[in-house]
Amino acid sequence: MSWIVPPQASTVAARVDLLMGYVLFVAVCFIALIGGAIFYFAVKYHHSRSVDRSGPVFQSIPLEIFWTGVPLALTLSMFVWGARLFITMREPPPDSLEVDVVGKQWMWEVQHAEGRRELNEVHVPVGRPVRLLMTSADVIHSFFVPAFRVKQDVLPGRYETEWFEATEPGRYRLYCAQYCGTAHSAMTGWITVLSAADYERWLAQPGAEPTMTEAGERLFRRAGCASCHRAGGAGPALEGMFGRREALEGGGTALADETYVRESILRPNAKVLKGWPPRMPSYEGRLDEAQVQQLVSYLKSLKGA
Amino acid sequence: MEKTENYLNDEVTVSSWLLTTDHKRIALLYLMSVTFFFLVGAFAALLMRLELLVPNGGLVQAETYNKLFTMHGVTMVFFFLIPSIPAVLGNFLIPMMVGAKDMAFPRLNLASWYVFMAGGLFGLASMILGGVDTGWTFYAPYSSVYSNTHVITMAVGIIIAGFSSIMTGLNFIVTIHRLRAPGLTWMRLPLFVWSLYATSIIFILGTPVLAMALVLIALERVFGFGVFDPALGGDPLLFQHLFWFYSHPAVYIMILPSMGVVSEIVPCFARKRIFGYAFVAASSLAIALIGFLVWGHHMFVSGQSLYAGMAFSLLSYMVAIPSAVKVFNWTATLHKGRIYLRTPMLYALGFIGLFTIGGLTGLVLAAMGLDAHVHDTYFIIAHFHYIMVGGALMGYLGGMHFWWPKITGKLYPEFWGRISAGLVFLGFNLTFFPQFLLGYLGMPRRYYHYPPEFQTLNVLSTAGASILGVGYLVPLLYLLWSLKWGADAGPNPWRATGLEWTTSSPPPKENYRVTPEVDEEPYAYDAETEAAL
Repeated sequence: MSWIVPPQASTVAARVDLLMGYVLFVAVCFIALIGGAIFYFAVKYHHSRSVDRSGPVFQSIPLEIFWTGVPLALTLSMFVWGARLFITMREPPPDSLEVDVVGKQWMWEVQHAEGRRELNEVHVPVGRPVRLLMTSADVIHSFFVPAFRVKQDVLPGRYETEWFEATEPGRYRLYCAQYCGTAHSAMTGWITVLSAADYERWLAQPGAEPTMTEAGERLFRRAGCASCHRAGGAGPALEGMFGRREALEGGGTALADETYVRESILRPNAKVLKGWPPRMPSYEGRLDEAQVQQLVSYLKSLKGA
Repeated sequence: MEKTENYLNDEVTVSSWLLTTDHKRIALLYLMSVTFFFLVGAFAALLMRLELLVPNGGLVQAETYNKLFTMHGVTMVFFFLIPSIPAVLGNFLIPMMVGAKDMAFPRLNLASWYVFMAGGLFGLASMILGGVDTGWTFYAPYSSVYSNTHVITMAVGIIIAGFSSIMTGLNFIVTIHRLRAPGLTWMRLPLFVWSLYATSIIFILGTPVLAMALVLIALERVFGFGVFDPALGGDPLLFQHLFWFYSHPAVYIMILPSMGVVSEIVPCFARKRIFGYAFVAASSLAIALIGFLVWGHHMFVSGQSLYAGMAFSLLSYMVAIPSAVKVFNWTATLHKGRIYLRTPMLYALGFIGLFTIGGLTGLVLAAMGLDAHVHDTYFIIAHFHYIMVGGALMGYLGGMHFWWPKITGKLYPEFWGRISAGLVFLGFNLTFFPQFLLGYLGMPRRYYHYPPEFQTLNVLSTAGASILGVGYLVPLLYLLWSLKWGADAGPNPWRATGLEWTTSSPPPKENYRVTPEVDEEPYAYDAETEAAL
């Protein structure tokens, strides 16, 4: 590790460092300018020196406009650059690999779509965008990988996403960045970036469980979801529902995204579908967040007829 | 010099202090109180820096460490920095600077001190009972459901202390509007008064929101109201919005008064009128007003919407402009001045340097794409300590040195004053500059243990903190020393302008024996012709 910057191991890392370089360059110029001026004046106009002090100026509108305008222009450029970079960080490419993360005091639980599960470790392939679907089982955590220059708070009660594309195989530190209680500083782990071939081997290692979708399907039957959520059942059939905008009882609509699906499982009465009177029991406390993620994965796989 | 009757020797009984309505005595009551809280907060910082000397240290337990940083933050923010300049220097100086005998509401002023002490006692009680481990930010649902510590006691203390801020702010605003001496128009007011006027606006508009947020935390803790915890149907981001709606402007509560102090010191020791008076005054108001609209920059990666984040990012850049305008005007004031590098001036110039670094690193944080990396790391810690310690505290110390002769009638040893200013400046930079590097390298804040690669920078930081600690102790010692052995200051040792310097030191109980009249611009110094100071 260098003394100034952490390793640059993602597609945005160099872009973040470049913007940092720009802002710091401007900052250093101003510090040199102001510090230099103060130092120069303090020496030149020190009371012990007899220099020309005639004709002092106490106000200058052009100067005020100048030193308002220049910082304004510079900060606006930083705003635009910073916002554009941030938008890139927020928008995962559509073909991203999905990894599901649950933060809980004080560990990271990770599930891969292909079925592997890990604790405080995330294995990802190099050169492929990875989208993390994250939630917390208790308090707020934050998933922070300095080498990737990305961070996102992980909240209870909703899904947040974060994405990155690793550019260098290696092992990189993972931290919880949002204070979460006694062992906050122990809620750390590693991101292991593997070459494509190594990643395939890693995925195929023995002991791999059913894929998340398969696990979700089993859960769907075991928890009794299937008895109502079928054609002609007491609840709406769920094929093709994911990603649709649904009309709600009492007006309004809701986009059936991951957060909506999660909420409908745990608190079915929060947003009731139009035409489907509330009769579903809550699954709060009966399913943990990892299981809900499996169900979400299964529901996403159900294509419309 | 013969002893004259003044506000200190007028009456000497304990009750004459505890029941005083004299703004100057109330200022001294506050001075003793906030100094005590400063020492409490500094003690917590000392233990934290010692713990962080080694990556896996065991000086204290993890839970104790978490309580220490909470104690440090709460004490320094709510019980030291926020009241420091307003309640000590502001109380002492605002009536004197406007040429009044006292505040508009002298009894409310005394009440504010008692309210502050009541809040402080609750705060202390929660620490003595076992402490709080939420951090000074009290993020829900950790604080409202999960923490098993004395959150409510602490929250009650902060809410109570907040009322004293509101009382003080109200008193300042009314005093400045109603009690100005004849001829003291708004554009003749000292800039210290302008900056405390701006501060008072924040006191009054912001503090109630913090109280609301903490009351809601208490309701959720005690009764399980589902306000913030999603498991109860609440929204944790709501807490962050309410908290930062006050707590970001609170940063301006800390820095604006220091800017006011610097605006007094720089012209005096440059022997020159301040450059761009109207712009320095107006920029205080601009900071106070725009400062209310930037709170969401604490929440770029919190789950706040992207578009809200963009608005907050833009507004955060806007609030940087009036601060920059001040710095340029102070610097321009030095041009063609007659500069004396006395202790207050050294502190003021130190303020300008450290505040500039703090402000410019704020540009990093306002850029959303950069904040995603440095948010919640030591970069933030370094940035806000440059503002709140390098800025606010340097200003406070500069102001204490500038007005100490007025407050006590005594001079402190100039040699030791300069030593202290140098120690504080060096110690401060050595403590906090390494934290910028730590943060960019990725070390998260509030970490009890940390990876070994961060040790060198942490050792440097702890070394700096010990120099800084000495830098704070030295003035404490020589200022106390000066009370007994210091030379008599006379009414105006700096030959400063401003009404407070026209009366004797220490001032008489009623400040002015004759109501002063003002017939000139502020800062009527003359570097060109005047004799040596």
